[in-house]
Amino acid sequence: MNVAVRSPAAKPDAAALKAQAAKLRGKIIEMSHKAQAAHLASSLSCADAMTAAYWHVLNIDPKNPTDPLRDRFILSKGHAAAALFATLAMKGYFPIEELDTYCQDGGRLAEHPPANLLPGVEAATGSLGHGLPLGCGMALAGRIKGENYRVFALLSDGENNEGSVWEAAMFAAAQKLENVCVVVDYNKWQATARSNETLMLAPLRDKWAAFGWDAHEIDGHDVSALAEAMQNIPNGSGKPVALIAHTVKGKGVSFMEDDNNWHYRAPTAEEVVKSFKELGLS
Amino acid sequence: MRNAFADELTKLGNEDSRVVMLSGDIGNRLFDKFKDKHPSRFFNCGVAEANMMGVAAGMAMNGLRPVAYTITPFVTTRCLEQIRTDVCYHEAPVTIVAVGAGLAYSGLGPTHHACEDISFLRSIPNMVVICPGDAFEVRGALRAAMQQDRPVYIRMGKKGEPVVHKGPIADFKIGKAITIEEGSDVCLLSTGNMLPEVIEAAHKLKEKGISAEVVSFHTVKPLDEDKLKQAFSRFKLVATIEEHSLIGGFGAAVSEWLVDSETQHKKFLRFGTPDAFFKKSGEQEYAREVLGLTGHQIADKIIHALS
Repeated sequence: MNVAVRSPAAKPDAAALKAQAAKLRGKIIEMSHKAQAAHLASSLSCADAMTAAYWHVLNIDPKNPTDPLRDRFILSKGHAAAALFATLAMKGYFPIEELDTYCQDGGRLAEHPPANLLPGVEAATGSLGHGLPLGCGMALAGRIKGENYRVFALLSDGENNEGSVWEAAMFAAAQKLENVCVVVDYNKWQATARSNETLMLAPLRDKWAAFGWDAHEIDGHDVSALAEAMQNIPNGSGKPVALIAHTVKGKGVSFMEDDNNWHYRAPTAEEVVKSFKELGLS
Repeated sequence: MRNAFADELTKLGNEDSRVVMLSGDIGNRLFDKFKDKHPSRFFNCGVAEANMMGVAAGMAMNGLRPVAYTITPFVTTRCLEQIRTDVCYHEAPVTIVAVGAGLAYSGLGPTHHACEDISFLRSIPNMVVICPGDAFEVRGALRAAMQQDRPVYIRMGKKGEPVVHKGPIADFKIGKAITIEEGSDVCLLSTGNMLPEVIEAAHKLKEKGISAEVVSFHTVKPLDEDKLKQAFSRFKLVATIEEHSLIGGFGAAVSEWLVDSETQHKKFLRFGTPDAFFKKSGEQEYAREVLGLTGHQIADKIIHALS
């Protein structure tokens, strides 16, 4: 067994993580404004989970992005690419200035994460329902090769509409993939409607539990709680772990929160200034 | 063919610890030897082909050489998006093996027929498409696929087909067709499980005094262009034979090659997107410019062809 070296299970620094999440949100808002790109609210809702993963949980080295023993993080909700790109740049996978090329002609930062093009992107996503099957394959590859890395997949709640998610959920449970963790960004919206009015997800925790997962509900904006839960993978249950993270779409900016128009809208320059004030960045 | 596949897979599993077998809940007892020897490298993924293909891609992206296997429509059409996006876009070295291609499972009805799969799979960038003509070609194809660092699709018949080759094919190469019988009048290009029928056709032609060459064109993508050049220059007539729709299959692939070939008198020009993913971001006009599909680029090419 090739054992990945993990940082000790330090208590998350709540204030530092919170400040980092605000910075991440600011960068995402800047990117959305400059590119006039959609999916801003979806990116903001998962910013705390991204912060917990990349600034506290993942065993990764941006200077060695293909280290076989690294933890894998898959942004299965690929439309939140801005959150992933900003995170990777802030972690040093590529120059922060490259974020200015988001959605620009000839750039590497398209509206969804690309395959084999950008360091730190583990899987091309954008078509929903692919991240967890890929993650299960990655986890099994680790098991077969005796490498005990962990695999995290961040799913949107709308993504739980896809049958392939539940195929993978059953598969992971059957294979006892205790190194696999799903975080569902449960912001109660999908592209055009309330998620529970589209396909009934509730009770979502019970559904994942019924599929054989160790499933928990969690405040998806409590970065420290997310960090502690994700850090504790595998958690001794012998099962894959699902964290149903209750979130607010557009979280962090009062005039975007829970307003689904921001699934497609991009902010004006004035709205950027206003957002930054609310985030304590100006 | 499927027994040859299972047997060769077991040998490959013994030789290479990266070989992993994924089955969509079929092949009862077929893989017992593999399972006995390598229990940690066999997965019955259940009747859930989309997940199976994603799992295979995830494994391949992390250093393994998975084989994903089930009945043709379910390992192709059922999970076509996973093949395109998870396997081919990532250039993941997954070998997809389909059993019962064409009308091999005719009796099971159209849900189990597969006369469109070549068309679907050969249009996906990075995919190799192999249609072995007999059990020995299945063994050669599987062994060659495992040495690839890219996706490969192998389209088999079922079991009990006549064996054409006299023994193992030592020099089986992806993209290199095999001449089975030499001739001088007509060239019969066979792909997949039609090979025995084509040989029979050649023998009947011989009785009529027509000398037919028979070629097993086991790889539909990439095509053996040298063989095609020879065929179209040497013979009065060239025919393609396949158990697959004429739309998008082997014959269509050869037709496309003919139109594009530098060796042919050109009467047609084709425009379209190339066999590659457009990876970078950009607006529609930018993409068209890069791919040579703007109005002025198209006009330039037409003018050049006319001059």
